[in-house]
Amino acid sequence: METFRQTRRSHTRYDRGARNISGCGLAGMMSLSGERTDGRLIREAIGLLHDRSNGLGGGFAGYGIYPEWPDHFALHMMYYSLEAQEDAEKALRHNCEVAREEKIPTRPIPTIVDPPLLWRYFVRPKGDLLVERQAPSEDDFILDLVMTINRSVEGAYVFSSGKNMGTFKGVGFAEDIGEFYRVEEYQAHIWVAHGRFPTNTPGWWAGAHPFTLLDWSVVHNGEISSYGINKRYLEQFGYCCSMRTDTEVMAYLLDLLVRRHKLPVPIACRVLAAPFWRDIQQMEEPERRLHKTLRQVYAGALVNGPFAIVFAHKEGMVGLNDRIKLRPLVAARKDDLLLLASEEAAIRTMCPNPDVVWAPRGGEPVIGTLGSMEVEGEPKRRLEEASA
Amino acid sequence: MAKTMAAVQAAETREEMGIVIDAQGMHYRDLNRRLREAATEGEARFRLVNVNGQRYIGTGLKGDLHLEICGVPGNDLGAFLSGPTILVRNNAQDAIGNTMDSGSIIVKGDAGDVIGYGMRGGTIFINGNVGYRVGIHMKAYRQKSPVIVIGGAAGDFLGEYMAGGVIILLGLSERNGDPLVGNYCASGMHGGEIYLRGKVDPRHISPHAKIAQTKPTQIEHIRPHIAEFCTHFGYDADKVMGEPFFRLTPVSHRPYGAKYAT
Repeated sequence: METFRQTRRSHTRYDRGARNISGCGLAGMMSLSGERTDGRLIREAIGLLHDRSNGLGGGFAGYGIYPEWPDHFALHMMYYSLEAQEDAEKALRHNCEVAREEKIPTRPIPTIVDPPLLWRYFVRPKGDLLVERQAPSEDDFILDLVMTINRSVEGAYVFSSGKNMGTFKGVGFAEDIGEFYRVEEYQAHIWVAHGRFPTNTPGWWAGAHPFTLLDWSVVHNGEISSYGINKRYLEQFGYCCSMRTDTEVMAYLLDLLVRRHKLPVPIACRVLAAPFWRDIQQMEEPERRLHKTLRQVYAGALVNGPFAIVFAHKEGMVGLNDRIKLRPLVAARKDDLLLLASEEAAIRTMCPNPDVVWAPRGGEPVIGTLGSMEVEGEPKRRLEEASA
Repeated sequence: MAKTMAAVQAAETREEMGIVIDAQGMHYRDLNRRLREAATEGEARFRLVNVNGQRYIGTGLKGDLHLEICGVPGNDLGAFLSGPTILVRNNAQDAIGNTMDSGSIIVKGDAGDVIGYGMRGGTIFINGNVGYRVGIHMKAYRQKSPVIVIGGAAGDFLGEYMAGGVIILLGLSERNGDPLVGNYCASGMHGGEIYLRGKVDPRHISPHAKIAQTKPTQIEHIRPHIAEFCTHFGYDADKVMGEPFFRLTPVSHRPYGAKYAT
């Protein structure tokens, strides 16, 4: 703990006026066996990547943090005014049975200034409305509600809407955001974290990462040059992009591809980071036909531009790069732990002596699935640590 | 509060070979300031322990200095390096030897992306695998000619926009099933030489480079670099030199010339 404090403090010394030309920082840790740990390690890891961000956004997502509410959607809300809260709560109560509502516990710290009102609600859709609207599932009902509030309730944003998971984010350095939201008080089997360096879009509370929808969460380093195409594609399926930043489309694309279109996660990764046509030409059948079909059917879901992402969902955690790896991503394994980060040093903060560390190739996902010790993308033979 | 200078001093011990700095929890600016001060005071040998992610270690240091790093150093290790030797006992991250001028960087483990970005002199030896865009924009400068020797495999875009110097890729260590070199090797290459040991799939090589068997005189040209690599990491140089090498050189000094209006 002392080590962490020293690291973090010596970093914050240079917060003000420092010129910084780095990209964002990412970190993720998952227990493949589902064992839960508190948020201190992930906060320490993203704190080590402090110099990759500039204080305009930080956040965390934890899976397994609300075991007492396994069947309720945990809606985390930001309100910019009391009127916004009133309007959003009206919509919530009209659509859902609200089993519990409370302020999200926070700790006032000097570096986190002017936060919006932060509330959470554990809800289920009202049964009669589910039938009346012929919603295909409770998930789709909540999806519509999230989109409606984010699009049409002025100053109110749903920033987390999954079951037994939650996102904590805002404007500030990630390690400070973690302290503000008291992430050390939550236990999760998957943690993802992000320190933001916004380039093309504003640094604001709802624009921090992770971006979440239902139980999907995404943290991203890079910029999505296909944003316009992806946004218009998603609008055809009822998704509305209202967070003023590119990463949002990733969360919605995953919901569309995996939950609604039922593509397996490895295939969804091939849609996001589709192989180049020249590489498809060199494939054998039936792989060639599969990839050709994916590119034709899901042209609007191809994500172009530089990216490294870590995304999580109720069944696992995934790391993925753009096809020519224009942003860094490192992976590691130790026993049942899968670790992902922008830099190996952050991995070694979470796990000082991993069994294997590797750099995933562009477009080739690293996929950890809950309950399976096999990680897709892990090198088959484990490397020996370089002699110390 | 940051660790004070007194605390930094307390984390130092002196060995016969030089000073040992415990970098645990130190910010890179404090660490680099301490290195520069000690070098100014005449210290020539340093051992940094518990390094984890500190950036720019050794940036711009000049002269006959020796740094040994235990732990994983952060990005831009040895940027603008001008003379010193840096030995990394573990893996290293991205952008090692960025715009390096002279000196030597030796990494016992793997290294990340963009190694030797724009370097114009000096040598980098990586025992393990390297990531993407290694040797991007490296160039020769007056009497200087930079050299990168890689023991394992390299990712895509090796030697991208290469303008001078030598990259030698040996493929000796475990490659995790990856090919010797990734796609788009030598894209935009317009100077220098790349040597690839063993079999090469021409589909991985950019049309901007021509592939040829290495002639005996050219082998002699790279032998000292390979011999030094073998000394650092304990390989038998004759055995390593026993395999055939392919040599990539630019097709044109201006590969994108046709894309511009004249």
